[in-house]
Amino acid sequence: MKDDVQSSDDRRASLKGLGSSRKRVEDARFTQGKGNYVDDIKLDGMLFGDFVRTPYAHARIKSIKTEEALKVPGVLAVLTAADLEPLGLHWMPTLAGDKQMVLADGKVLYQGQEVAFVVATDRYAAADGIEAVEVDYEELPVITDPFEALKTDVVLREDLEPGADGAHGPRKHPNHIFTWEAGEKETTEQVIDAAEVVAEEMVYYHRVHPCPLETCGCVASMDKVNGKLTLYGTFQAPHAIRTVVSLISGIEEHNIRVVSPDIGGGFGNKVGAYPGYVCSVVASIVTGKPVKWIEDRMDNLMTTAFARDYWMKGKISATKEGKITGLWCHTTADHGGFDACADPTKFPAGFMNICTGSYDIPTAYLAVDGVYTNKAPGGVAYRCSFRVTEAAYFIERMIEVLAIELNMDAAELRRINFIKKEQFPYNSALGWEYDSGDYHTAWDKALNAVGYDDLRKEQAQRLEDFKAGKTRKLLGIGLSHFTEIVGAGPVKNCDILGLGMFDSCEIRIHPTGSAIARLGTISQGQGHATTFAQILASEIGLPADSITVEEGDTDTAPYGLGTYGSRSTPVAGAATAMAGRKIRAKAQMIAAFLLEVHDDDVEFDVDRFVVKGAPEKFKTMKEIAFAAYNQAIPGIEPGLEAVSYYDPPNMTYPFGAYICVMELDVDTGEHEIRQFYALDDCGTRINPMIIEGQVHGGVTEALAIAMGQEIAYDELGNVKTGTLMDFFLPTAWETPHYTTDHTVTPSPHHPIGAKGVGESPNVGGVPAFSNAVHDAFRPFGLRHAHMPHDHWRVWKIANDLGLHS
Amino acid sequence: MADKMHIKLTVNGTEEEFLAEPRELLIYTLRERLNITGPHIGCETSHCGACTVTIDGKSVKSCTMFAVQASGKDITTIEGLGTPDALHPLQEAFKEHHGLQCGYCTPGMITRAAKLLEENPNPTEEDVRFGIAGNLCRCTGYQNIVKSILAAAATMNADASSSSDAIGQTKVEAAE
Ligand code: FES
Ligand code: FES
Repeated sequence: MKDDVQSSDDRRASLKGLGSSRKRVEDARFTQGKGNYVDDIKLDGMLFGDFVRTPYAHARIKSIKTEEALKVPGVLAVLTAADLEPLGLHWMPTLAGDKQMVLADGKVLYQGQEVAFVVATDRYAAADGIEAVEVDYEELPVITDPFEALKTDVVLREDLEPGADGAHGPRKHPNHIFTWEAGEKETTEQVIDAAEVVAEEMVYYHRVHPCPLETCGCVASMDKVNGKLTLYGTFQAPHAIRTVVSLISGIEEHNIRVVSPDIGGGFGNKVGAYPGYVCSVVASIVTGKPVKWIEDRMDNLMTTAFARDYWMKGKISATKEGKITGLWCHTTADHGGFDACADPTKFPAGFMNICTGSYDIPTAYLAVDGVYTNKAPGGVAYRCSFRVTEAAYFIERMIEVLAIELNMDAAELRRINFIKKEQFPYNSALGWEYDSGDYHTAWDKALNAVGYDDLRKEQAQRLEDFKAGKTRKLLGIGLSHFTEIVGAGPVKNCDILGLGMFDSCEIRIHPTGSAIARLGTISQGQGHATTFAQILASEIGLPADSITVEEGDTDTAPYGLGTYGSRSTPVAGAATAMAGRKIRAKAQMIAAFLLEVHDDDVEFDVDRFVVKGAPEKFKTMKEIAFAAYNQAIPGIEPGLEAVSYYDPPNMTYPFGAYICVMELDVDTGEHEIRQFYALDDCGTRINPMIIEGQVHGGVTEALAIAMGQEIAYDELGNVKTGTLMDFFLPTAWETPHYTTDHTVTPSPHHPIGAKGVGESPNVGGVPAFSNAVHDAFRPFGLRHAHMPHDHWRVWKIANDLGLHS
Repeated sequence: MADKMHIKLTVNGTEEEFLAEPRELLIYTLRERLNITGPHIGCETSHCGACTVTIDGKSVKSCTMFAVQASGKDITTIEGLGTPDALHPLQEAFKEHHGLQCGYCTPGMITRAAKLLEENPNPTEEDVRFGIAGNLCRCTGYQNIVKSILAAAATMNADASSSSDAIGQTKVEAAE
């Protein structure tokens, strides 16, 4: 056999396992226009549903008249809350323990809220029908400011008992949702009161939107003959959606099949359950036909899944030498009309308590107040693990403000406060156990790579030139060192709607030595079909090219909580490795039988089991696979399959060091990114090509957020940024070239040491861009200015600092 | 509802004839009427480019053109660029250089890039970035898209004349 003479390195390379920049198996269909996204699905007799939406942000609904709409050619039905009420479907539970109107029940709470669902033969007829529905509104006072919401006597949620507790404890005002606390309040306040140096700042992380290029949508098909409901849709968590649909519709779970086809990007937008899903299901039941619902871009930006909107008031204390002694944070969280955040149940403010960041801060306290306003619900993790982006932005801004207070270099301030390598596993003051890290090494590597000291010299020179009137451009050096918290999560403290946040993998090895693996997650561009096969290839010694990976069909895939919060690699990736190990354990017994030795006398070598001390005696995994199906082996069942449900013992804590060098034109407010360096440590690297791609994409989303993207409202609650004309998505022209780098600090508790990377670039990127803007203006006395740093706001900073006179 | 219009157009070499309302958008015609689902919808306001097709030699966002305006014209979509056995060099290059993630922007992006390379067979990185600025991608940060397009340009130039490939190759390296 040719392969007898191959070295183990060659055999390893041919598996294309861990560490290989394997090309993606998904790409053939996507590059040829043969993807299968939800809007590509066509079923016989399929109808199209679309919403009548309120133009008012807060109004009572006096009446809804549907007669004229029903006369429009092609319109078959118009659903209102009154139609859904007998089914108990006019409201639905949210992922955050609140409930949300499916269709407006007596009032509306934000612009664009769903009022009626028009079902028609096609999109054009549905649009005509929408025009013909008459809704009589009575306007109510609009509250868009969360601070005002807690003072006003305008009650937004009249459905809630004013004094009654919410899902997360007492509510102190009718528009208050919850208070969530972590850490030691009194000790922290004492430390800060007694500190030598204290920096205080209000840091606002503005409202943004994940805005994947494909909007949300679904096709519901109720087969009344066999009582089965099939629901195709843009679901980041198909299994959880099946359970939710079953719970709210009463259809037994085995009669529901949820399928996530190809998904055109998710970034958190497609985690939640939306009124469109419920209405499509009901419409399919009512009409007996499949019903499709697809958001348009305005619907998407205005109503499904905003992110952030956190007002974070902070105090950070230190010694004169810059050693941090305490951190205090009070956050006012604007949740919009319903609390529909997608967080694990016990964490109504997500993992905001990772806000001590990469620093060894002995004492800390965090309180978060959730508030209702007349804005869209959501609060999703936009390329983020449950508020870690807010937390990272907060601490990375507080560090910069403290550096100003101490008159210190911000890079040095970080260095003297980093958690040291030997302190891991590290218990943070706010309750997390960081698994592993080596921040100093990463930081020094990053500073060296960009030539930090020279940059500071250049910056000083630039400042002199500016003051001398030789240039109108300032130089900003934006630093960021972030620690992520991903891989939710341990079932003991992480669940969504009571479903533990484990994940799963099921593997079948075929007789000829190829395999299929099915997982509880779902790719939205991350390349799972490519990378999970690589994990398996290394575990079971079959080539990645011979392993098919399938996800997203609840009839075939094992139960899992889906893909968001960078949890796929930490959780499902671990399940994959563990299932692979079960396969290997059985393969070892088969190999020993075939080689006529004891189980303990064979060992695994890349793609085979060899007899210890006699490497010429071996059985390849391919041979073992065949034997599993054709030999009667005493004491061993035929076949070669395994399933693993993995409950992670801890979260994983990826980290990184990002540096942005930015030129800012004082007169136009325009910026130019001269250099962006991103060092990521995501533990063991499965596919470097895909990691690099994730970093490019995530940093670009960070660029958008920091430099211009926002969901803005006027005082009447009108969304001012509801189209891509106003909502900033950078083009290739505005996007800089990135330099990526890495260190590798494996997770000690993950089977292959991997930590996850998808969100890191967004978490670390936003502070890097924002800090660059701040750094440029630091010599003129700027402490903090809120994002987004669009041209107008940067111009305004310069103007306020008197740089235009 | 206005009277239906008689429309005749050619898509990927096939002649199509049908009656449609004047308000029917070309993207709708392609996706719903003709089952050509490569071009996607990302905004319907001409911002994202997911719906990009080539019409009589020009890149066009098919969400912002009525089918009736395309009557008599020759349309090429991603489906008409290559075949599974003979991919367009751009299709190869996007796979090779990780020029896509979720794939939603990809048909429009490749269709646009094909036109760009026709107009400018030897683009610089700047030319490419400017030339695809009408096509948004939310996943890749464009770096590998640019790399893919420059690589495809190099291959196409090498195919056209074996002596010119050194130039394109240098550019690909510069973009890395
Ligand atoms: S769908 Fe045509 S440009 Fe976005
Ligand atoms: S690959 Fe997802 S939008 Fe471009």
